[in-house]
Amino acid sequence: MANYDIDLVVTSAPHIRDKVTTTSIMRDVIIALTPALIGSIFIFGIRALIVVLVSVVSSFLAEVVGNLLFHKKPSLNDLSASVTGLLLAMTLPPSSPWWMVVVGAFSGILLGKMIFGGIGSNPFNPALVGRAVLMVSWPTQMTTWVKPFSAFNQPLDVITTATPLNVVKLQGYAQLLSEFGTKANLYKALFLGTIGGSLGETSALLLSIGGIYLIARKVINWKVPVIYIATVFVLSPLFGRDPLFSILAGGLFLGAFFMATDYSSSPITPLGKVYYAIFIGFLTVLIRQFSSYPEGVTFSILLGNAVVPYFDKIVPRVYGVFPKKEVAK
Amino acid sequence: MKVFTYSPGGVHPDESKLTKDLPFEVFNAPPIVVIPLQQHTGAPNTPTVKVGDYVKVGQKIGDSTQVVSAPVHATVSGKVIAIEERLCPTGAKVQSVVIENDYKDDWVELTPRSSFEDLSGEELVKIIREKGIVGLGGAAFPTSVKLTPPKGKVIDTIIGNGAECEPYLTVDHRNMLEYPEKIIKGILIEMKITGAKKGIIAVEENKIDAANVLQNKINELGVRDVEVVLVKTKYPQGGEKQLIKAVLGREVPSGGLPLDVGVVVQNVGTLKAITEAVLEDKPLIERGVTISGNAVSKPGNYIFRIGTLASFIIETLGLNRKLRKLIFGGPMTGIVQSTVDVPVLKGTSGILMFGDEALEMAPEEESPCIRCASCVDSCPMGLMPVLIDHASRKNDLKTAESLHALDCIECGVCSYVCPAKRHLTENIKKVKQAIIKQRKIEAAKQAAFEKLKAQRMKEKENSQKEVKNG
Repeated sequence: MANYDIDLVVTSAPHIRDKVTTTSIMRDVIIALTPALIGSIFIFGIRALIVVLVSVVSSFLAEVVGNLLFHKKPSLNDLSASVTGLLLAMTLPPSSPWWMVVVGAFSGILLGKMIFGGIGSNPFNPALVGRAVLMVSWPTQMTTWVKPFSAFNQPLDVITTATPLNVVKLQGYAQLLSEFGTKANLYKALFLGTIGGSLGETSALLLSIGGIYLIARKVINWKVPVIYIATVFVLSPLFGRDPLFSILAGGLFLGAFFMATDYSSSPITPLGKVYYAIFIGFLTVLIRQFSSYPEGVTFSILLGNAVVPYFDKIVPRVYGVFPKKEVAK
Repeated sequence: MKVFTYSPGGVHPDESKLTKDLPFEVFNAPPIVVIPLQQHTGAPNTPTVKVGDYVKVGQKIGDSTQVVSAPVHATVSGKVIAIEERLCPTGAKVQSVVIENDYKDDWVELTPRSSFEDLSGEELVKIIREKGIVGLGGAAFPTSVKLTPPKGKVIDTIIGNGAECEPYLTVDHRNMLEYPEKIIKGILIEMKITGAKKGIIAVEENKIDAANVLQNKINELGVRDVEVVLVKTKYPQGGEKQLIKAVLGREVPSGGLPLDVGVVVQNVGTLKAITEAVLEDKPLIERGVTISGNAVSKPGNYIFRIGTLASFIIETLGLNRKLRKLIFGGPMTGIVQSTVDVPVLKGTSGILMFGDEALEMAPEEESPCIRCASCVDSCPMGLMPVLIDHASRKNDLKTAESLHALDCIECGVCSYVCPAKRHLTENIKKVKQAIIKQRKIEAAKQAAFEKLKAQRMKEKENSQKEVKNG
């Protein structure tokens, strides 16, 4: 046996692993966000780009600070901080001041993720935690929306506008329709994203492209986004709202494809996912209808996150274990 | 042909069936064989030969009086040079008979039969036991035991398992291509023994050539009641429980056996061995094994004498790089070896050899669980591997048990899919063993308590008697 070089390692089965890694998943999410990000820069210009860059860089810094603070191993290479940074940026108004973005990113990463133990341990979606902190801290800045395609050097008060959901909340759907002329015009604007709103939430088309990519790559399960959107579609007419408008407006597509599907803060059981999606869909409609906020996606998902442990109790049936009734036969 | 499958769960790893087109070659008999006295699930054998004895090929060298056992036979002729504990590829040290080959290939006398029809079921089972037949798919459960269900259990179907869902392995594929008649006769023998009315040979879609060969042979032999079905190429399609669900839509109850739903599942290689035992009078002294992996110079499908050492195989076939992993079995469930001095067993379906690449194929370092639920979605048993893994790491046996840890079939799918490369399967195996151990301790405690109670009662009775008598 001397002829051969043998140096055996002992490991446990299985001896082959799938190529998918945490990093590859995060990379896929970044790829999926790209169409909507490019779209937002196209629609809102340099303002959007600045918010995105500040958000990503602050998220990186927050992750490093968190690792030092909580004595964790460096975790930047898993790309999850970049994903949080991108997602947070997409939920912010394009006119957000840089310091607010920094506070949002640090809140999201530190309060939303690191204090719970880092990646995989956060009960709430970190990006939405960051956004929620900003929503309650600087409500004015968080509800100042710029018109699409407005120049960077124009003063803010000249170019502000209201989001479609805002118009509906304050002045009614008829007013909104009159602004757009026809329903078709309104749908088209919502679909393409040429409306006021958070920088990454406006284009249902570009968000869907990313979402479909994630589903095709098996990064996310179709159940949560499809059922979430379907629930809003079905429930909105009960409150006299146009169903198609209700799903295209606001942050629903962004929330459904990219926020509600966050692994750590959503259920892991197949049926739990279904109930969770219905639950947050229900909450979104209720908040839009009855609260003082025009939009309810952020708080619906955060509230849904809070009850994930209950949805996770709906475990799949184990092979060979039958419901009691069948055993009795 | 309709394609059957089970759901939910399962994965489709790279098939890597590098050796599927290489016909069986008879491997040179080695200078020495190491034959462990226990190669099956069940009671160990005691040697029936002594050191210094001359043995012939096919001579029984170990047997047991226990029901759940199968004898072992000499696989070369020559002198018994030692009976000692040797390391088995299962990781256990097992009393083994070491025979020095005299290269005369001197066989015991065999008396072949032309047909099995005139033999009773009992006689057939006896032959299968005497010839040392065990399941060749890997579990090595004594076949005679599998074919004698307890009274009241009716077997209606025999499933011939030709799924061979493990990557790399091609030995069942070759068996089906090269020995279709023996496989079909094997299933007929099992049908006769159990009274099963139906035989089904299930073949994964990626081996459609084998399915066709079998179907043609069935037509040629004019066999009714045996059919070939295709199953989807998906791991672990060949798992007993998954295959039964795929083909018959039945679910083996938790803690139960296939015979609880009227089924016996038998690997196609085992069926071939049964036919050889019954018709050729041949004991199980050799088997086909797939040798594969990137480190071995001449991969292939070889017929080895049981007891051939891996070291001899490596010397004969050669290595083309530094050997870092030696796996007995497939890449999903196989056992890595710490030494090359381990023998081919009855249950060895493949031997895989890998270089340094093996370390990348299964990275050791874990990262935090990101709750992606891939393990939940892929578990073919409908378990929550991530939660059982958590419980195992905390040594929380109660929680693990309530999550049905004991229903885990240890297929390796959860570890395979995990993007964080966590060692789920390994931890679940650990907690299963801990639960079983704890149950044994509890049972022993209970037994001791009962004994003590009985003793006290007796003493009490005696003292009462004494009182009466007094």
